[in-house]
Amino acid sequence: MSVEIIKNEQLSKISKYLRYKTIKTSHEASIPHLGSCLSCVEILVYLYWSELNLDPLKSSFEDRDRFILSKGHGAPILFQVLAERNFFDSDLLKTAGENGSYFHEHPPKPGYIPGIEAATGSLGHGFPIALGMALGAKINNKSYRTYALLSDGECNEGTIWESAMLAASNSLFNLTVLIDFNKWQATGRSKEIMALEPLLDKWKSFGWHSQEIDGHNFNEIRNSLINAKKNEQQPSVIIANTVKGKGISFMEDNNNWHYRIPNKNEFSEALKELEII
Amino acid sequence: MRTLFQKKITALAKKRDDIVLLSGDIGNKMFDDFKQIAPERFINCGIAEASMMSVAGGLALSGLRPVVYTITPFVTARCFEQAKISVGYHEANVVIIGTGSGLSYAELGATHHSLDDISIMGSIPNMRVLAPCDPNQLGFYLDEALNLNGPTYIRIGKKGEPIITSEISEIRIGKSNIIKEGNDILILGIGPIINEALLAVEKLKSVSQKSIAIAEMSSIKPMDEIFLKEMVKRNFKTWITLEEHGFVGGMGIRINNWLFKNDASKTIKTINLNTPDQFIHTLGKQNFLRKELNIDESFIYNKLLSL
Ligand SMILES: Cc1ncc(C[n+]2csc(CCOP(=O)(O)OP(=O)(O)O)c2C)c(N)n1
Repeated sequence: MSVEIIKNEQLSKISKYLRYKTIKTSHEASIPHLGSCLSCVEILVYLYWSELNLDPLKSSFEDRDRFILSKGHGAPILFQVLAERNFFDSDLLKTAGENGSYFHEHPPKPGYIPGIEAATGSLGHGFPIALGMALGAKINNKSYRTYALLSDGECNEGTIWESAMLAASNSLFNLTVLIDFNKWQATGRSKEIMALEPLLDKWKSFGWHSQEIDGHNFNEIRNSLINAKKNEQQPSVIIANTVKGKGISFMEDNNNWHYRIPNKNEFSEALKELEII
Repeated sequence: MRTLFQKKITALAKKRDDIVLLSGDIGNKMFDDFKQIAPERFINCGIAEASMMSVAGGLALSGLRPVVYTITPFVTARCFEQAKISVGYHEANVVIIGTGSGLSYAELGATHHSLDDISIMGSIPNMRVLAPCDPNQLGFYLDEALNLNGPTYIRIGKKGEPIITSEISEIRIGKSNIIKEGNDILILGIGPIINEALLAVEKLKSVSQKSIAIAEMSSIKPMDEIFLKEMVKRNFKTWITLEEHGFVGGMGIRINNWLFKNDASKTIKTINLNTPDQFIHTLGKQNFLRKELNIDESFIYNKLLSL
């Protein structure tokens, strides 16, 4: 399957629409983590529309690329992405947050929602699972690539650095990690709670092919992914500088939107900013 | 319960300068008061629960009284071995608080459900295991745990739990109490889910003559054996255990085992109400899942009617 070339303007349009859908669902179904979702929209849109080798109609074909949302609390945006890419009927998302639905705050294990490769939500699991999949590809002589999206706060976890060392020692160049570096975690600045910086140098010193980009810029996302694939010795990390709550002025870089649910006024303000009405 | 915990630990830290609060990047703003009175004794350990647990062990070995606080699976299952060795084996004076226990975080999915924490923490020698049924009881337990030697695990809910222990004259670790008197059937519960039993029994009044007693077994380890012996003497036909937790390693299996050894007559029938031995992915609110899993008021009501 070949991946279509999609223009940046088209990707921006999709991003805006998915922001709208995610905020709407949060407002209607009281699902939190909006700030966390909005910071990684461009990354997910680029991956799902221009990078990953996937087939929505055969979501578990063997040679597909694997994508793991290691920051599992970003599930609301991933669900919208999968629906928009036709992994399932987008009407299903109308049940989000309802009793009896599979669509809540985190991705369930595979088999319940097409396109989900692993249950995440407990931080520090998705990345080592992705590493296992990349190692599996190597052992099974498969050419698929594995991608994991981590959050900066998630890099507090020991499993992240344990896995970083293991991936490097196994030269897993088929593994690409993207970090949604929005500078916040749940209760404060990620560089203050733990000495996270210099993040790029940390990954470099752990033996990774390391790049730093603007995580809202499609050209930079594209180029970094091309570079990652060129390197055939090391696993690759792309540190994407992002803004938590990106796209809605009053949510941007305001960590209250980690948990906050938009009320009616805030929802209609957001619609205005997205030029939906 | 979270609010009570926050208020109580702040009040205690004001009086005692050996209390250190460790949290795992949760509870934004919740501990602002604590940070005000003792900024150097509040440590946000980040999203790194395993190291947080062993750090607490080290603080305790330095003569301090650390209290570790985060979401239940992350302060139990996630760092089990650190709790077992750095805390349990060292008999370290650490109080471990799991917040959002049982199905309190129902809609967050299997990663955030904790239906195994009593089993996990109860398996650690020296570890006390407490599941207070309301904020009032939590306050007494916290106070006492910080004055005892050795580690204590306290499983708490989220918010808005009704007060059901206000009539009890003596709340302390290792002592169980009757919450509602009765003669035919005994319900033994832990944690806030006891309220479901209270509601069911209240509803039953208008349609049935059955006399039902409800007791709290919130102190799971140590368990109040004197109380249980008294209950055996009172000749209830049936004992029902109720917990928002799985059967294996929970309170129900402990009661069954205890009766097996201690009820010479072998005439007491037991019914265990608990969550099933499976992961839950059909999600919803806490009360929805309680209903789905047959541990809610209406299930208890029908069960009592059928006895
Ligand atoms: C192991 C674990 N500990 C704690 C949590 C609770 N939690 C959910 S999101 C979050 C932090 C979010 O910050 P970050 O990881 O930087 O992601 P962001 O929302 O900023 O994208 C925390 C602590 C969790 N989900 N898993």
